Amino acid sequence: MLALEANGQKIEARKGDTILQALQRGGIHVPTICHMEGLLPSGTCRMCVVEVEGAPGLVPACSFPAADGMRIHTSTPTVLKTRKAIVELLLSNHPDDCLYCARNGKCDLSDLAREHGVRNRVFRGLRKRKEKDISSPSIVRDPEKCILCGKCVRVCEEVQGVSAIDFINRGSKAFVGTAFDEGMNVSCCINCGQCILVCPTAALTERSYVDEVMRVLADPGKTVVVQHAPAVSVSIAEEFGFKPGTDIDGQMVAALRRVGFHRVFDTSFTADLTIMEEGSELIQRITQGGPLPMFTSCSPGWIKFVEQFYPELLPNVSTCKSPQQMMGAVIKSFFARRENLDPKDIVSVSIMPCTAKKFECARPEMGRDYVPDVDYVLTTRELAELFRIKGVDPGTLAPEGADTPFGERSSAGKLFGASGGVMEAAVRSAFFLLTGDEMKEYRIQDLRGMKGSKELRVKVGDLEVGAAVVSSLGQARKLMDEIKAGRSDLHFVEVMTCPGGCINGGGQPLKADLDSVKARMAALYAIDKTDTLRVSHRNSQVQRLYKEFLGKPLGHLSHQLLHTTYQKREVLR
Amino acid sequence: MADMKSVETILEGHPDAGRDHLIPILQEVQAAEGYLSKAAITRVGLALDLPASKIFGVATFYNMFRFQPRGTYHVMVCRGTACHVKGSKRVLDMVEKVLKIAPGETSRDGLFSLEVVACMGACGLAPVVNVNGQFHAKVTPMKLQRILEECRSEEFSHV
Repeated sequence: MLALEANGQKIEARKGDTILQALQRGGIHVPTICHMEGLLPSGTCRMCVVEVEGAPGLVPACSFPAADGMRIHTSTPTVLKTRKAIVELLLSNHPDDCLYCARNGKCDLSDLAREHGVRNRVFRGLRKRKEKDISSPSIVRDPEKCILCGKCVRVCEEVQGVSAIDFINRGSKAFVGTAFDEGMNVSCCINCGQCILVCPTAALTERSYVDEVMRVLADPGKTVVVQHAPAVSVSIAEEFGFKPGTDIDGQMVAALRRVGFHRVFDTSFTADLTIMEEGSELIQRITQGGPLPMFTSCSPGWIKFVEQFYPELLPNVSTCKSPQQMMGAVIKSFFARRENLDPKDIVSVSIMPCTAKKFECARPEMGRDYVPDVDYVLTTRELAELFRIKGVDPGTLAPEGADTPFGERSSAGKLFGASGGVMEAAVRSAFFLLTGDEMKEYRIQDLRGMKGSKELRVKVGDLEVGAAVVSSLGQARKLMDEIKAGRSDLHFVEVMTCPGGCINGGGQPLKADLDSVKARMAALYAIDKTDTLRVSHRNSQVQRLYKEFLGKPLGHLSHQLLHTTYQKREVLR
Repeated sequence: MADMKSVETILEGHPDAGRDHLIPILQEVQAAEGYLSKAAITRVGLALDLPASKIFGVATFYNMFRFQPRGTYHVMVCRGTACHVKGSKRVLDMVEKVLKIAPGETSRDGLFSLEVVACMGACGLAPVVNVNGQFHAKVTPMKLQRILEECRSEEFSHV
């Protein structure tokens, strides 16, 4: 332990700590912009400067190692004046359109300006002029609002291993863009939206479909149905003042009806359906000798990632559509027939924690006869906006249940929202399908938590199944390279694009720290702990769907509606 | 499309190259092809296991790299200190206006390409413009306009 002094107060630091870490440990707040927990410091923004006695100038706390006996001052007049000037300089060429800004109220830059008492435009720089990039179905880039902190570049490279964007040009001409400064749609961007979560301003936002959805809600000729993903009910509460990790599933369903959706379905229902199909596919691959390990296919960012970077492993990806697309397919087939509706008159909306789902629903293979299975995808944030526009506060409503025929769900389906959840649900059902018995303890602790890479060996009957769970594509890349190098002890691999899974998806409420994400995860585990239906294969509405419509898992209709194909994707990479 | 054979030859000259070989390789590619094509950048990225966005980022950081083929007439305008004092800014503005291209670009007919350099070591002749290796001294906007027109008529006299 190192002994330091900060603002006259004794603090301790571990060897290898930066000054910032030492100060945080001592409970002293220092403002940051470019700092990212868990990644190497970049030291670009200089917001975190502090005075260190004996040092010739101000020192950036985020990238300067703490040393024994250091005497630090975090709020001297020089430090405060410098920080204020940094904010003023950042604002010097920033558009003053906060009232119209998508990030209004959630902007780190405006928070910093307020915290530092910036009340005048001191510096007037030349406004940066560059068009918005609206080419992506998921993410909009507005370089004029970019303050060049570089967090999006780092998350894309260091966390996701994608590197779709980087700094282009130099000095006052620098901006963040894709290779050759082309549209995001032709870049290797996988639409995960992690860049949106780390962006301090509105330089990166989701492509919003709120207007389109409001238009169809007002159209009397349309039956508008909505599905909501497992990770939405435990995070949307944050947008309405609840503390992170509050589950408002029933109130959200009630609110969805209030804003005018005709039917509310639970995507966790098709998560259960996915388990039936994917579990059967895994057993078939193991018993009949298909490509192993099998990768899950629920996460659309991951699917685009494999198509671009590992096309040789595409045969290993489960052919199952994601739960969103399975729901879309049964809505526009089984549900349409049951309700005597022309699929063209049904508008299928889905509420997802994810920006990549917007890309997924527009894939040409995700529909039939030029009718897409899912018409619009709204993120958790956009749904909150829709509720606000319509004046509906879910917190004030009495809880309601989802609609038949796709409203029942097991808590295993709900677990799909967290990294390891698909695997946990699959193991529960595979155990039953292979042995005929239920597991004694459903909870599989090894698969839970925020760790980026988890592994499990589980004895199912005579078979020892090797299972791996990775979240974030940087982790996926490591595992893929091991598999390409010959690793062969794995049967089933769950991949989620975002670190921690959908609870930390690119469409989730902004300004969530690691503790909030953990709280969302804990909320899903809490639901599973007390639920009466904890396995997918006992979902009676899923069984009914098989009996009345699909036949059996991997049957003819399943293949038509619930399975898909992948192909190598050429992008600028 | 650039001739990818030269890129392959250059890459063969750098066996086991890592990211530290990036700039020398890019320089060689530009020397061979006159510019960095998309295909060349993608190919170098594959060889060095570097994303195209990263290479494009590095290449745009430096003034020396261009991303469009050179024109028949390559115009270099000096913006060094002496040339600046003698009015090279107005000269450059004129070229950009007349040719409708920015530094680093090539006119759509492929006739002219424009490059800005920091100093050509001929400060006594400021402002200096170099067209295809030939120096033009004490250039004014009017004078340069005539030079460009001469290039154009020379080109059409071949037709």
